[in-house]
Amino acid sequence: MTLKNWFKSGSPWVWLNAGAIAISMIMVVGLLALIMVRGFSHFWPSPILMTDLTTHDGREMRIVGELSRSQVLPAQVLRDAGVPIDDDIQLVTRHLIKQGNRDVWGRDFVWYPELGMTQWTYPRDAMRLERREWGDFYGFPVRILEQGRTVAEGDQLWPELQQRIRRANDIFDEIRRIERREIGNVNHRMERVRLSERRLDLQLREGRITVAERDQAMADLAAQRLVLDQEYAVLQARLDALYKDVRRDTLVAQVMDGREWEIPMAQIIRAIQPNDMNVLSKTGLYLKQFWEFMSGYPREANTEGGIFPAIFGTVTMVFIMSIIVTPFGVLAAIYLREYARQGPLLRVIRISVYNLAGVPSIVFGVFGLGFFVYFMGGAIDRNFYPEALPSPTFGTPGLMWASFTLALLTLPVVIVATEEGLSRIPSTIRHGSLALGATKAETLWKVVVPLATPAMMTGLILAIARAAGEVAPLMLVGVVKLAPTLPIDGNFPFIHLERKIMHLGFHIFDVGFQSPNVEAAQPLVYATALTLVVLIVVLNLTAISIRNHLREKYRGESD
Amino acid sequence: MDGMTTMTEQNTMTHGVTAGLFENTERKRLRLADETIALEVQDLNLYYGEAQALKRISMKVAAKRVTAFIGPSGCGKSTLLRCFNRMNDLVDACRIEGKILLEGEDIYDRKVDVAELRRRVGMVFQKPNPFPKSIYENVAYGLRLQGVRDRKVLDEVVERSLRGAALWDEVKDRLHQNAFGLSGGQQQRLVIARSIAIEPEVILLDEPASALDPISTAKIEELIYELKEDYTILIVTHNMQQAARVSDYTAYMYLGEMIEYGDTMTLFTNPRKKATEDYITGRYG
Repeated sequence: MTLKNWFKSGSPWVWLNAGAIAISMIMVVGLLALIMVRGFSHFWPSPILMTDLTTHDGREMRIVGELSRSQVLPAQVLRDAGVPIDDDIQLVTRHLIKQGNRDVWGRDFVWYPELGMTQWTYPRDAMRLERREWGDFYGFPVRILEQGRTVAEGDQLWPELQQRIRRANDIFDEIRRIERREIGNVNHRMERVRLSERRLDLQLREGRITVAERDQAMADLAAQRLVLDQEYAVLQARLDALYKDVRRDTLVAQVMDGREWEIPMAQIIRAIQPNDMNVLSKTGLYLKQFWEFMSGYPREANTEGGIFPAIFGTVTMVFIMSIIVTPFGVLAAIYLREYARQGPLLRVIRISVYNLAGVPSIVFGVFGLGFFVYFMGGAIDRNFYPEALPSPTFGTPGLMWASFTLALLTLPVVIVATEEGLSRIPSTIRHGSLALGATKAETLWKVVVPLATPAMMTGLILAIARAAGEVAPLMLVGVVKLAPTLPIDGNFPFIHLERKIMHLGFHIFDVGFQSPNVEAAQPLVYATALTLVVLIVVLNLTAISIRNHLREKYRGESD
Repeated sequence: MDGMTTMTEQNTMTHGVTAGLFENTERKRLRLADETIALEVQDLNLYYGEAQALKRISMKVAAKRVTAFIGPSGCGKSTLLRCFNRMNDLVDACRIEGKILLEGEDIYDRKVDVAELRRRVGMVFQKPNPFPKSIYENVAYGLRLQGVRDRKVLDEVVERSLRGAALWDEVKDRLHQNAFGLSGGQQQRLVIARSIAIEPEVILLDEPASALDPISTAKIEELIYELKEDYTILIVTHNMQQAARVSDYTAYMYLGEMIEYGDTMTLFTNPRKKATEDYITGRYG
């Protein structure tokens, strides 16, 4: 076959098309595989190695820790750095060991050369402690102290340790519950009392109430405050008792240079001896750690603990965004397609709307900050929350403004999709309705709009996909590194639109690039990225299944 | 003399095409003068922008009879039909002069409520256009628009309309299923049921059977025959046999003009104009 005929036959195009698809698929699958492998493997307990190292300058040291990763370097690189290495050695291997114990050594990830290491061993009693502060601890358990008195050693130590950790954790959960829930609730009510007092002062100044009325109301508030103070005192007393209780036990452990180190039991979240675990118990631990990652709160500048507030913030924000953008976009599209007079002006408007989709998202962020936060939020504060000023309520970045900004960002997508859907409804259906004596509005709402719902859902799906992954504008209008409270809780009015939120996309940026401890944060970045991808897929699949259900319902006449 | 011969021959041929249609029916020759008049068109001109689509149309339509409009594509017959329920209002550049009287009142009068007019003058389109709702809701749609909520009334009307459209027996067990599940012929009868549910005075049929198979077409024709007991029917059709079979009066249109209008039997067997005859015998175009 000649080259010319080969071109004529079309097979070059088939190859080209198939090649493009293949490259896309490889990239997508490769990306997913990378974040899945890195993200999932983080929770698998790795063995703790022990080795003795004689350094080039003759120092001897014992190393205990987990292997993080290894690297092979040309020997010359080290020679240049002043390390004497025999001339016949070309390549040297070095290992990044996670030796933990940040409170002991200052740094928890250290590179060690393989040269001079003895055979690695995996002692069965090597222990890893997950702690609330200072990161993980590696060492060997020695004894347990209860108020300075030894209560367990040797064989009984491990079961005793587990039991005492559980006790300490139970107490700690109770402390956390009181601090978050009950004291949070008291604080919330106190703040409301304070604001009420301020409001009375303002009203008095504006002459809307008399001094007598104010004093009357103030007395009521003072009584309320007294009750709250008492409640607070009771809670504080309970907390003090619990804190004392939780500090009862201490674990003494040996670190790798032989020193003994005291760790309060209240600090320990979990103690494991990974070298002594079988696959089954490792799997159990894996699932437990994974669940804690998904459901827990972050610790240690987000490099440890869970990402629940970020998941919660992302989902809440996307939901509120959907609630705003769908009706708004649908109404705009209906007007553009059904009512507006088709002409040059409309074409200009339509092109402008479509082009909004191409505006860089950071521009929306700046607009959101200027218009929503400062202008609208400021106006809301002045008119509805004057008592809280100068500290802003809505005049500061928050959940509502983040949702508004995203809604604005995704509005064109919804408008375009809805318009497309409306234009695809056959005119015979409209005429059928009109011929039965329906007005235009009746036809629209009873026949045309229901038929266009699948198209609206398509718009919403695209909007969600875009919104959930957006980060840049959110940094300006409401997403923060660490939000102390969730936007939805048990305190009236339950949904706090003015609060700042955490967001998975921003969390990835923060943990990955703003973290003081890069090595510790890296696996979390992958795990968080994986969570974000899964979350977007879940949101999309939900919307797609709703759309398919609608399509089935209106089968035959819509797309 | 030559002309006479030709005429006779053509008449014979006309008989050849259509005579069979009238053999088994006891159809009298009807006279418009004996009829009650339901609609009257007076000097109607219709323009799409600059182009004139209907030229000086005047006609009277007999009540409770079937009036057929025939003619080649683009002759304006569908446009004329759409004038009777003002569907042409939906076309932006459309302008109408003249009058159409429904029971003596001009439907193009400014005081006329178009929605109300369309309730009195129903329409069935070429392609079946059921709504994306259940069979029941399709038929009840017109009544619900009028604010009827009473379940009993709705049930009754739905059943009566579906029986009226000869569809009841086929769908009575699946009234609440989606109307798109019906066959094309059933959908068209459903659309007819939908329009008779609101009890119009006039029903406009715009090529109601052109998208259907022969059996469904036969059913629709039968239905038209029954419907004229109660309704004034105007039908546009491409199929001359169909016009001959179902209609009492026929109008032949060409290029926006009404060439000939009269009772069907006369028009088909003894047309007055040569153009009509040419069209009927298939010599046109």
